[in-house]
Amino acid sequence: MSALLEIRDLTVGYGWRFPPAVTAVRDVSLTVHAGEVVGVAGESGSGKSTLAFAATGLLDPPARILSGSVCFDGAEVTTMSREELRQMHFQSASMVFQASMNVLNPVTRIESQFRDAMAAHGVTSRQEARRRAEEAFDLVKVPRRYLDVYPHQLSGGMRQRAVIALALVMRPKLLVLDEPTTALDVVVERAILQSLDELRRDLGFGVIFITHDLSLLVEIADRIAIMYAGRLVEEAPARELYESPKHPYTVALMGAFPPLAGERQRLTGIPGQPPDLRNLPPGCPYAPRCPSFIPGVCDVLDPPDVVIDENRRVLCHLYGSVEVTGD
Amino acid sequence: MTSPTTHSEAAATPGSSPLLEVRGLSTAYGIGKIGRHQEVAALTDVDLTIGRGEVLGLVGESGSGKTTFARTLVYLERPTAGTVSIDGEVMPKHPSSARLREHRRKVQMIFQDPYSSLDPFHTVKNTITQPLRAFNIVPRRKERAEVEDLLNQVGLTPVKDFLERYPHELSGGQRQRVGIARALAARPRLLIADEPTSMLDVSIRLTIMNVLLDLQKSHGLSLIFITHDLAAARYVSERVAIMYAGRLVEIGPAPEVLGAPRHPYTMLLRDAVPDPGQHGLARIRADERGEPPDLTALPPGCAFAPRCSFARDECLVEFPSWRRAGENHEVRCILVEEESS
Amino acid sequence: MNWREFRHNRRAMIGACILAAFLLMALFAPVIVPYAPTAIRFTPNLSPDGQHWLGTTLNGNDILSQVIWGARASLFVGFVCATLISLIQLVMGVFAGYVGGLFDTVASAITNVFLVLPALPLLIILAAYLQGGSVFVLIAVIVVTGWAWGAKVLRAQAITLRERPFVQASRISGESRWHIVLTHIVPNMLGIIVSNFFGAALFAVLAEAGLEFIGLGNINDVTWGTMLYWAQEGNAILLGDWVWLLVPGLCLALVGTSLGLLNFAVDEIANPRLRRLT
Repeated sequence: MSALLEIRDLTVGYGWRFPPAVTAVRDVSLTVHAGEVVGVAGESGSGKSTLAFAATGLLDPPARILSGSVCFDGAEVTTMSREELRQMHFQSASMVFQASMNVLNPVTRIESQFRDAMAAHGVTSRQEARRRAEEAFDLVKVPRRYLDVYPHQLSGGMRQRAVIALALVMRPKLLVLDEPTTALDVVVERAILQSLDELRRDLGFGVIFITHDLSLLVEIADRIAIMYAGRLVEEAPARELYESPKHPYTVALMGAFPPLAGERQRLTGIPGQPPDLRNLPPGCPYAPRCPSFIPGVCDVLDPPDVVIDENRRVLCHLYGSVEVTGD
Repeated sequence: MTSPTTHSEAAATPGSSPLLEVRGLSTAYGIGKIGRHQEVAALTDVDLTIGRGEVLGLVGESGSGKTTFARTLVYLERPTAGTVSIDGEVMPKHPSSARLREHRRKVQMIFQDPYSSLDPFHTVKNTITQPLRAFNIVPRRKERAEVEDLLNQVGLTPVKDFLERYPHELSGGQRQRVGIARALAARPRLLIADEPTSMLDVSIRLTIMNVLLDLQKSHGLSLIFITHDLAAARYVSERVAIMYAGRLVEIGPAPEVLGAPRHPYTMLLRDAVPDPGQHGLARIRADERGEPPDLTALPPGCAFAPRCSFARDECLVEFPSWRRAGENHEVRCILVEEESS
Repeated sequence: MNWREFRHNRRAMIGACILAAFLLMALFAPVIVPYAPTAIRFTPNLSPDGQHWLGTTLNGNDILSQVIWGARASLFVGFVCATLISLIQLVMGVFAGYVGGLFDTVASAITNVFLVLPALPLLIILAAYLQGGSVFVLIAVIVVTGWAWGAKVLRAQAITLRERPFVQASRISGESRWHIVLTHIVPNMLGIIVSNFFGAALFAVLAEAGLEFIGLGNINDVTWGTMLYWAQEGNAILLGDWVWLLVPGLCLALVGTSLGLLNFAVDEIANPRLRRLT
């Protein structure tokens, strides 16, 4: 299966000066194949959203791609012109954001938003646009009559479905979802994810699913990438990640979800503070909070990107070839 | 309609009276302009008892009424029916401001959003001092020591580093700790935590939950932990209550309610929670995929019936009464045969 | 309100400088006037020359002295009115918006009444009725016609702030209403309050000058407005005595501009969304 999206050694910074004040994403490589769901998990400051924006060419100043490449369907995104990017958006790669009200124009009816989006991509006939919009709504199981209402007249779940429909109306090859269900209730969330799963099987698009909810990803993703302070610290098939996480942060993150069943046991979250991207310590960014911290190594040297087997990678000294005898 | 009182008496210290008693509490408010006025039945007929030192998890999704319940308990909103009593004393229908103050000394709240629950213009010290002063907890000269002690208790140490900081200089978890310290300053008997961790990073949530649990134990506080996260409710509480469309629908010991729920809505919630032990995407029944009802137009009968795969004709007639499903476990569903006496 | 940003904002600095210059002029007027402003022992209608840098008026007053002295009245009236208006707006706008209920209903009704009254005709009628009295009459008239609109703006903002969690938390912390308004609501809308202050000052300065120009002030006072009145009466344009007409008008324009600049600048600083992308 050829890669739909290939991100190689991507580094993205924020700031007007050079070098930029904050490096939001550093040396990240990730590949997505058609029909595959890649989950990106991380907390605030992990860079997961920046990564998604960079991959779809949506970065705006003061964010800049500093190095690396993003290859989408054979074309290099980092060097595309605005016109080429505009063509790519929506038609080949589409993005769904967390708060649907940030996407939908509150003062126009939903149908006209569909029409506007499609008109920008060559669908000018009003009937054709309506037909496609209706099809899209059928796909996400929203009654067609809701095309004629204003966004605030829909419930949160329906709005998010409408946004997904909008993202899919031109049948893109890649769908990037940035915390699409975080603001929704768990029942509505599950229903939407089910719909999304069915659609993916039918239409065959690739998915990048970004969230902080790791337990959700284990269920829905084929592969999962964990991000921390802008680095991709672990990547593995979902089940393997769940059964044998390798990076100390992944282990800690899994442990931060209290279980629903079983005996009540005291758990601890991850001690310390989330990383301050303006003041990252040298070496591994997770070192200050890591229970397996190796003094002299983790706070000095950048952790190596270790390939464990063809599907797994870890960014950690524990698995690297560096001698850890304390020299 | 009988109310679930027996189990709480068993849960609390034998012989002691409950701390909080809520009977038939309803809160409704009007929205919309003249001519299109609608009434939102945010809370309907809630009965609840909390013992001293007890931790209750209140679970519900948006629109369930859990936040309205919290706000009504601290009288940020006035109930339209029913009563609230603390320590046996019933709150009058139109409490005077003195009475309100007395009430707030005993019942405090922690807010959901750490980014907007602290005044950006006030230092940490200032924020925590205000309830101390307003309630006359300690004389002026002892204020600083008290603030430092509170900061210590919530784990914001070294204390001197935090006194003069402004909220924007703190992380989300730190701000939430300040919110907890502020609530504790009034030396309350009952703490209501309204989704205190849902806006925090995952790795911080457990830390804050632990802080709450530790403080609850050391001060002997009663705690109502409101959340939409079933697992968090399980972690924190001994007893769990489930809310739907403004009503309590199930209440009982946490392992029972969450492990072997008896109300169809609780079952749906439990099935919808992500379970990584599952292979592939867990599925919920198609007809249950709907959404909670519009609170301005509640159907007669059980509010969950339109989505319930077990619904029968009787469900549409009137809202089911409380029925006993086990020791201290009560459910408002006709599926549970035995009526509570 | 961020003082560092204030210093860096060009509009704020220009406005502040101009205003400061006039403030100094007003404060030190008794010391710096070359002649007494009301002294009439000079040759009338002189053009600017070495003795009288701006010439003299029809009545033989030194124009420069009058201009310097005039700053006092304008700034005095401007700031006193702005202060009084702001205080009224605090009660009828901020406090009313926060407490809601009956107080707010009554206050809003009163505000609406004053809002609907046309300011300019009302100003004129009141000033005429009160018979060209002292400057305090002018102040009263200006305050009465100038407070309503800003009060509405402040009320709207207070209503928004009232719903913020930290304000609700203060209620639960047992704080009294006025305490909450003064320590929580006001600091969080300081930008609008300060900007309103400057807006009110601008209105006051121009209203005062306007009233005096049409003769409703005390024409024996020395202010920029009365200077314009006398210039008009003395047919300054016909006589080509344009300095007499231009300079007080220019001063008014400059003070007005500085207040306007400060108004915008404070608005910009307080509301980051209004800032230009530098």
